[in-house]
Formats: sequence, C-alpha cells, structure tokens
Amino acid sequence: MSTDTLAHSDERIKSEPLLAKLMKRPELGAIGGVVLVTIFFMITADRTMFTLSGVMNFMTPAAQLGILGIAAALLMIGGEFDLSIGSMVAFAGMVFGVFTVNVGMPLIIAIPLTLALAAALGATNGMIVLRTGLPSFIVTLAGLFVLRGAALVGLKLFTGGSTQLRGIREAVEGDFLAPIFSGDAFGFIMRWLVEAGIVDSFKSGVPKVPGIPVEIIWFVAFSAIATYILLRTPIGNWIFATGGDALAAKNSGVPVRRVKISLFMLTAMAAALVAIITVIDAGSTDARRGFMKEFEAIIAAVIGGCLLTGGYGSAIGAFFGAIIFGMVTIGLTYTKFDQDWFQVFLGAMLLLAVIFNNVIRRRVTGER
Amino acid sequence: MSAPIIHMENIKKHYGNVIALNGVTFDVRAGECHCLLGDNGAGKSTFIKTMSGVHKPTEGTITFEGKPLSFGSPRDAMEAGIATVFQDLAMIPLMSVTRNFFMGREPTKGRGIFKRFDIDTANEITMAEMRKMGINLRGPDQAVGTLSGGERQTVAIARAVYFGAKVLILDEPTSALGVRQTANVLATINRVREQGIGVVFISHNVRHAMAVGDRFTVLNRGQTLGTATRGEINPAQLQDMMAGGQEMAELEGSLGGTI
Repeated sequence: MSTDTLAHSDERIKSEPLLAKLMKRPELGAIGGVVLVTIFFMITADRTMFTLSGVMNFMTPAAQLGILGIAAALLMIGGEFDLSIGSMVAFAGMVFGVFTVNVGMPLIIAIPLTLALAAALGATNGMIVLRTGLPSFIVTLAGLFVLRGAALVGLKLFTGGSTQLRGIREAVEGDFLAPIFSGDAFGFIMRWLVEAGIVDSFKSGVPKVPGIPVEIIWFVAFSAIATYILLRTPIGNWIFATGGDALAAKNSGVPVRRVKISLFMLTAMAAALVAIITVIDAGSTDARRGFMKEFEAIIAAVIGGCLLTGGYGSAIGAFFGAIIFGMVTIGLTYTKFDQDWFQVFLGAMLLLAVIFNNVIRRRVTGER
Repeated sequence: MSAPIIHMENIKKHYGNVIALNGVTFDVRAGECHCLLGDNGAGKSTFIKTMSGVHKPTEGTITFEGKPLSFGSPRDAMEAGIATVFQDLAMIPLMSVTRNFFMGREPTKGRGIFKRFDIDTANEITMAEMRKMGINLRGPDQAVGTLSGGERQTVAIARAVYFGAKVLILDEPTSALGVRQTANVLATINRVREQGIGVVFISHNVRHAMAVGDRFTVLNRGQTLGTATRGEINPAQLQDMMAGGQEMAELEGSLGGTI
C-alpha cells in the first residue's frame, strides 16, 4: 500500500469546530464558572466590588488558596491527594514563627529552612504512600491530625502556654527579603497610574490601592510556571502518565516514584509558602491557621477540571477555581445576602463541577 | 537464511517447586514472523517475560546478535532492541496519542531551564508513523481512549518500531479484537516484518497465526513440541499439538466440527 492513498482524510470525521475543541479542555468548566459568578455579582453586588480595590479584595484570598490549589491540582493529576496541606500551613507557620521570633533568624535563613522542612515532611508522606501502597487519602488524613496537633503543641511549647505566637512583624521588619513575601508590589505603577488619572486616589494623592498584594504575584507566577511545566515539558507528560496509569507509565520508562514524591514535596512547600506570606502579613501565627484549606484546595482543583481518579486536569483551571472561590467568599459581603450562604454555594459548585468533569471525561475518552 | 537476532536455548524456569518452563528453544530472524502458540498455562507468558528481561531464566542461554547475553531488567532488553507489547499495551486512555507515543522518551528542544517538550516535532512524528501503519488520526491530540482496540494495538506497535525495535514481541495482540480489527493488526504485523524486524507473535488462535506466520513453535506444558515452517503443517495439526492431541479429537467429534 502506498502512503499517498492512506494520507487522504477519513471521510467519517467531520472537521471539528473550535467550540467542540474548547469543550474538551479541562479548564472550560472553571472559566465558565468565573463568567457565571461574575455575571451573578454584577447583578446582585454593590458596584464597588469590581473596582480595582474590590478586585484586590477578592483576589487576595483567591491567591492564598490558589497557591495551594495549583499544587493540589498537580498532585491530583499525578494521581494522589494530600489532605495534610491545611495543617501544614499551621505547622509551617509555627516553625517559621519560632525561627524568626524565638531564634531570631534572618529571613534568608528562616524561609529556606521552613520550606526545606515542609519538603522533607512532604517527601515522608510520599514515601509512606509508595512503600505501603495505601491510598494517599488515608496516609495524609493521618498527617492532617498529626501536623495540626504538632503545631498546637509546638506553639504552646515556644510561647510558654499560648496558642498564638506574636511579634513576627517586628522580627522581620527591615529584612531585605520581607518585601518579596509581604505587603504590596509594584507601588510605583499605581502611583504612575494615579498621575495618569487611570485609577482612583485619596485626596492626598495616595492611590487607593497602594499596589498589588505580593500573594497575587506569587499566585499568577506559580500558575504560569505550573501550566508551562504541565503542558510543555517532559516532566508534565510524566505527571499525566503517572496519574493516568502508574504501571503503564513505569513500564514506559517514566520515573513514577520520583514524580510522586516530588509532587508531595511541592504541595507541602506550597503550604509553607502560604504560611510564610500570611504569617508575615498577620504578624502572628496560631494553631487554627490553614483550617479546612486542604478541602478548599481540592475543591479549587476539581472546579478547575481535575479528575479525582488522576491523570487529567489543569493548573490554569485551578487558577480560575481559586478565583471563583475568592469571588464567592468576598463577593457575598457586597450583596444583601447572608454571608454564610458561601458554604452552600461552594458545595453546590463542587457537585456541579464533578458532574461536569465526568461528562467531559467521557467525551475525551470516547466512552459512552 | 540469515542468522537469528535472538536465540534462546533450552530455557528453564522454576518457581520454587513449580516448573513453568522445562527446556524451551526458540529463535527469531530479521524480517520473519515467528509464532509462539500454546494453550492457556502452556508457559507462553513466562517465556516472553524471560525474553523481555522481566524474569531471569533458571537455566539456559540467550544469544543476542551472536553474543551471549543476560538481561538484568526490562530496560536492558529494551535498550538492546527487544520491545514487548503486552496485552495492557502500556497506554493511557486519557492522554493524547502523541503523549502516549513519547511517554517516558519525550523529545526536547532548548537547553538548561528552557529545555522543553518539543510537542510540534512529536506531533509530526506521531502522525507520520501512524500513517505508515495505515491509520489516519483525527489529530495528534486525539485521546487514546477514543481509538478502537486495533488502533491502540497499532499505536503500541508503531511506538516500539519507531524507538528502534529489532525484535518485537506481541503478546496476544488479536485476542480481544473483532474480525476487521484483527485483519488490520495482522496487516500491521506484516508491514513491520517487511521493515526487517523480527516479530514474535504469541497467540492461541491458529488461524491468526497461520495468516502471518513464517514459522510456528508450539508450547505445551512448559516444553517446545517443535518448530514447523510455513507450508509444512496445516491448522488442524497445529491445533492438535497445542491441545496435546487426544482430547481435542474426542471433543471435536462430540461437537461435530473443527474448533
């Protein structure tokens, strides 16, 4: 058979419209969700919600959750869960507080040490999951309690009985690394925008929004890097393969163990980063920090198109998932609705997203 | 005839007191399709796992391209040029054909931290290789889950061939396929053979084996019952050898036809 007789296109296949192609992207649901939620709040919320300061207002919690959500999404695509990240935020916050306040370390030592400790704990999680072959769900559920408890005990130990450790802002004040992990960035752009008359300012000429909160910068950068790695590097392919079918991946030469352990380390480090940013911002840390964040991160990942079974999903989807989350949490305060509707809303979103993802998966795999 | 690429001499494999293989001799030459036939439990799986480096033989010698060889792992065998397509195919349904094709062996461009998956090249190669095998993909980003069983089998074969297989071991590639798809896979085997690759075709279906095989070796209870060349043997004789003769004749009598 010559190849040119084979090269003709298959007459059974219609050319695929762009919309149908988009329908197959995992992040479609999340983008649709952002649009719907935006329309909802455009109608119901006070107009100040979509001013620059309003946007910063809901993007800040979105960013804090999003950093966790993107890491959780990568781990989910790799076929595992980590339920200990919320507790990891508390634990890493405690460790960071002790390093800076009690030990008096400068940030250049305290931050890498905190991240390294978190990474080591993440690697331990991964190692236990791989060694025992138990579901990561159970292994990290143990981590959820262990780390939360350890954070509480540690705080009491180092503060002499209190569950809150204060004085972190004073301890890191003036440190040259502090602006990267706290406060607002790009203040000069805001001042320039005020001069150009594009954004609002107070009467004194100080911009109403002093800059972009650093966590938003971290969030955007992290989602861009995660998306690039996932879609455009061999490592990304390994993550998909590992989550899709670990045995098949291993037989094809993918270093499955290394991929999984690295992903556990990444999620733990993302939790530590969120801890560092929020602890410096608050100036103190307590044992309830990061409470329920593990579930919210998984919700963001699932709204973003990740399948619970692994092997499918997107980092950019988790980015939008986290934004939906931030909009709903903060947005309700701009409306006349009771703010506590937010949990109802969230649960409904999760359920819808899971159902929607299931449909998408059938489309992609051609199952009927 | 050319010298065999791989020659397995008197291979024995024991698991504790169970004798899985008791002296199997088998070889493959370039550009031939050598069928390994046997009923369930005959030792086919154990044998190909020995050949692809998963198991070490308890006794016996393996000669690869004229040199004695012992594979430490499946990777060693793969690097030497022995590719195995197992029944599970090592394919991930949710991933695109391209991503499956290059899984674990992604082509890259750029250097340092800019080293990235060269997806355009990968897509082009995948489309071209699949076209060579007679399959027109909708697009390189089509998920493997949307392909038929025969097409998946062909992707797995094309992948092995592209990555430089000298010997291609196919573990019952037609066992779960319909008539049309079986014909397609058999045609693919034929194409692969024409490229000078030695194909080991494992099957328990005599008709499928007869359609493409050059030589036939029958395995029964862990032993080779001999090797026949195409034309020397007819399907009924092969069938009898596989089943161990006697009982089959009785069964066929009671069922009133050839099985």
